[in-house]
Amino acid sequence: MFFKKLKECLTGITALWLMAWTGAVHAEWGLNLTRGVTPISHEVYDLHMLILWVVTIIGIGVFSVMFWSILHHRKSKGAVSAKFHHSTTAEIVWTIIPILILVGMAIPATKTLIKMEQTGDADMTIKVTGYQWKWKYDYMDDGLSFFSVLAQDSNDARQPGSNIDLNSIDHYLLDVDQPIVLPINKKIRILTTANDVIHAWWVPALGWKRDAIPGFINDNWIIIEEPGTYRGQCAELCGKDHGFMPIVVKAVPEEEYVAWVKKMKMAKAAAAASGDRDFSKDELMASGKELYSKNCAVCHMAEGQGIPGTFPALAGSAIATTPEGLPDHIDRILHGKNLMPPFGEQLSDADIAAVVTYERNAWGNDTGDVVQPKDIKAAR
Amino acid sequence: MRTETKLTILAIAMFGFGYALVPLYDVFCEITGLNGKTGTIANTEAAQLEVDQERLVTVEFDTNVNSELPWSFLAQAHKMKVHPGELTDAVFVIENNSDQPVVAQAVPSVAPAQASLFFNKTECFCFTQQMLAPRERKEMTVRFVVDPELPKKISTLTLSYTYFKVPGSDRVVLDPGVVDEERI
Amino acid sequence: MSEAVIHNGHHDHHDHKPYGIGRWLFSTNHKDIGTMYLVFALIMFFVGGAMAMVIRAELFQPGLQFVNPLFFNSMTTIHALVMIFGAVMPAGVGLANWMIPMMIGSPDMALPRLNNMSFWILPFAFTLLLSTFFMPGGAPAGGWTMYPPLVLQLGDGFPFLIFAIHFLGISSILGAINIIATVFNMRAPGMTFMKLPLFVWTWIITAFLLIATMPVLAGSVTMLLTDKFFGTSFFSAAGGGDPVMFQHVFWFFGHPEVYILILPAFGIVSQIIPAFARKPLFGYESMVYATASIAFLSFFVWAHHMFTVGMPLTGELFFMYATMSIAVPTGVKIFNWVATMWKGSMTFETPMLFAVSFVVLFSIGGFTGLMMGITPVDFQYHDTYFIVAHFHYVLVPGAIFALMAGVYFWLPKWTGHMYDERLGKIHFWLSAIFVNMLFFPQHFLGLAGMPRRIPDYNVQFTEWNMVSSIGGFAFGLSQLILVWVVIKCVRGGQKATDQVWEGAHGLEWTLPSPPPFHSFTTPPQVTDATAHS
Repeated sequence: MFFKKLKECLTGITALWLMAWTGAVHAEWGLNLTRGVTPISHEVYDLHMLILWVVTIIGIGVFSVMFWSILHHRKSKGAVSAKFHHSTTAEIVWTIIPILILVGMAIPATKTLIKMEQTGDADMTIKVTGYQWKWKYDYMDDGLSFFSVLAQDSNDARQPGSNIDLNSIDHYLLDVDQPIVLPINKKIRILTTANDVIHAWWVPALGWKRDAIPGFINDNWIIIEEPGTYRGQCAELCGKDHGFMPIVVKAVPEEEYVAWVKKMKMAKAAAAASGDRDFSKDELMASGKELYSKNCAVCHMAEGQGIPGTFPALAGSAIATTPEGLPDHIDRILHGKNLMPPFGEQLSDADIAAVVTYERNAWGNDTGDVVQPKDIKAAR
Repeated sequence: MRTETKLTILAIAMFGFGYALVPLYDVFCEITGLNGKTGTIANTEAAQLEVDQERLVTVEFDTNVNSELPWSFLAQAHKMKVHPGELTDAVFVIENNSDQPVVAQAVPSVAPAQASLFFNKTECFCFTQQMLAPRERKEMTVRFVVDPELPKKISTLTLSYTYFKVPGSDRVVLDPGVVDEERI
Repeated sequence: MSEAVIHNGHHDHHDHKPYGIGRWLFSTNHKDIGTMYLVFALIMFFVGGAMAMVIRAELFQPGLQFVNPLFFNSMTTIHALVMIFGAVMPAGVGLANWMIPMMIGSPDMALPRLNNMSFWILPFAFTLLLSTFFMPGGAPAGGWTMYPPLVLQLGDGFPFLIFAIHFLGISSILGAINIIATVFNMRAPGMTFMKLPLFVWTWIITAFLLIATMPVLAGSVTMLLTDKFFGTSFFSAAGGGDPVMFQHVFWFFGHPEVYILILPAFGIVSQIIPAFARKPLFGYESMVYATASIAFLSFFVWAHHMFTVGMPLTGELFFMYATMSIAVPTGVKIFNWVATMWKGSMTFETPMLFAVSFVVLFSIGGFTGLMMGITPVDFQYHDTYFIVAHFHYVLVPGAIFALMAGVYFWLPKWTGHMYDERLGKIHFWLSAIFVNMLFFPQHFLGLAGMPRRIPDYNVQFTEWNMVSSIGGFAFGLSQLILVWVVIKCVRGGQKATDQVWEGAHGLEWTLPSPPPFHSFTTPPQVTDATAHS
């Protein structure tokens, strides 16, 4: 009775373990590590499979002996216990054999690790900076720089009580507003650092994750071999919205990459130009609402009510409703204070003007104030 | 001595050891390059290094400004090719974008960490507190040398600086005189 | 024997045993303090378990249904602190308190008043810790590892967290000093070190680990405190400090801490398997040396918890090799347990069932641990559900199963009654099935790319999270059976003999069940025949 149950239990566990291997075949079930799309990720995958096999075989070996013993050396079967309690030979054998197996695993592991460290001679360098709770990408050679935040549809759906069907959203929580676009078949060096707390940049298909630490720079490299979209997430607890700062890498052929860089640069120039003109209140309110839900609502909440004790309310607050509060209001957004991060670097004058205008006119804060990009420029 | 007395002393000693780990860690990092911090050597020492004309190493310069600090910080050249053993200058520009004087300091980091052992500076602005008057702009120079012993496998290294606002410097900044006497 | 005396769990008509609340508040008796530790651990097991239920409920399906992300982070943080410092460690100390004096033939612990203090610090420390839930800024939510700079963003609860850790540390250090002082000074004549039962051995080694590492933890959290309030910058990059240094110092404590949790479990299993195999423990000496080597090596592997911070190659290689080497002594222990069963005459009462499943399931945790010791692959496993599965395998069907095995094994000795074997077996089978249902799918989730410590996830992870949550609820509910078994056994039941189990050997089994208030008032003479249970 006992044995039968134990055997069932063991068979169950083994079956699950076996399913882990076949995961490669049933990739859509998501049971096993991805094989990835870089030379390193392939090696890591092979190492993973090697060790998984080794430990599985050892496990099956040792526990077959144990369960055979459990089956046969039972009092109920009339087994009489032997008296031995020592065997130097056996103990030496089961010390030496594991050592040999470990050495056998350490050799390929060391080789792969050395390869991972070869970050030199890259074709381009990307710097990844972790922020609470978004990523900033700097293309050090092409002079591009942008922030990448959780896509709006995921962000709406993840709000408690949103009642949005998560299956209706493409790549729920794994999609961003602006993916990082990279060329394929180029050696790309990736530097990671952070601005506030420690984050970790992880795209499983690229074969590694690396911490992003304020004041420190880490390097790694990739060569993406297949075009495609690869998704990942922050992997180091970084506060409230740690689970909501995904990474999307779009790997494209080189020509496409060059065209994309050109387009991005033109868009940047256009945005800079927009800072010189005035907007109507409606324009500011519309774009302010969108920017607010993307950048501010995570802490100050959708209705500006904040989270008491942690994040102050904006609805009805002095800073957002009184004329004296206005300079502080702009300053807080530009330069931050305490837990409030500064947005001066990531939002344009036009963007900040829109957010300030929105915050001063939404949720019953009917001040009627209209703030223009030139006001922000003056306050910078 | 009674067992419990010895053990109590051991516990207290281990508490002290926790603190001793701080300087020990620095020593450990200096030997192993564990935290990617760079070394500093004297000019004379650097002059004695033999220049390896055969080899070129790419040095990338990366600049970061912590978001609490209203400064901009850029490297004049974002990349250089240097011969190991050769003394080289790299120029950085900092600018205070605010209407207040601000004190900040730069923290260096080198990637790959292994290379930090072979990256030496004779002149550096890191770890020293820097005050910029409102809207002031300043050029800063780093004079560095890559040790010819740098492992052959390393061909690119990145020198990264992050400028941080000095914690609690707001009070001091009101009176720049205090900064000079007490802080620098 | 009167009903009231049975209820108190002791019977001895010759002792002047204090009564009422004072008996517990001012207790200096190793059995009473052991009982308090065990009851406290059980309560905290349910407190931490309730938090785990909140976590599993939120993760049952994607989307945020029950809690906000910040509260979710508090749940994972406090769940870990409560389970480690409130459940597993006190349960180990409770068993040590009860059993060590009886196993070495002494009347009580060496330092009874210190013993009282080290227990009563615990409820106080946890009151501090749990009170942070009611403070502005909420309970600690930066993970139990308290990495700066994140932990410094905590609100008013921060100093409470730090002081709670200090008190927990002091409690553990006092307990450890007491255990070492007891074993070094109070052994019965003839009880040499190499005759000590393995449970005692593992506890001596654990106690030394506690004394060596708890003060380091205290030091590192003190540095956090001064960084936050007194302007030091040990860990702040802005002031020239190094946030990664905290991780080094923390894990210098943290890795030995892992063994503090598991070594007593090794000891318990090493007592139980020989008793139910009716055969002496195989390789006693190598068990002692393997335990000592594991403890020693644990001081040199800390950085495998932080492979991804970006160390130089030499550092990563060193910590990889050191980590892999721990597999050798751990393997020796597993092989020795299997060899103890080999050609035994086994029966499978509840303690043995828990012990056997410990050997199997702990090994699964050990295997995944070895996988994560391989640095290049750990870059993929790190901070995913794979590691969540790994450490829960070593801590739940590992440490906690062994503790439960110990409770079933010694309960008849403590109470004088046999527990309900049928209920015990039901408890075991439900626990063993559901613990696998709870944690095994988490391997898949981690490999498929789900990071740990997230309150919400992509729909592709839904199925395995559901399985895991159902397993979790069922596992949690099954633990209520344990409470019922213990209460039932304390209240009455079939009278237990002195030896209780046919194959049990050692001094503790020569005492009456339940044992007298002061264990051995006249020291027993230990010979080869009575040693090595």
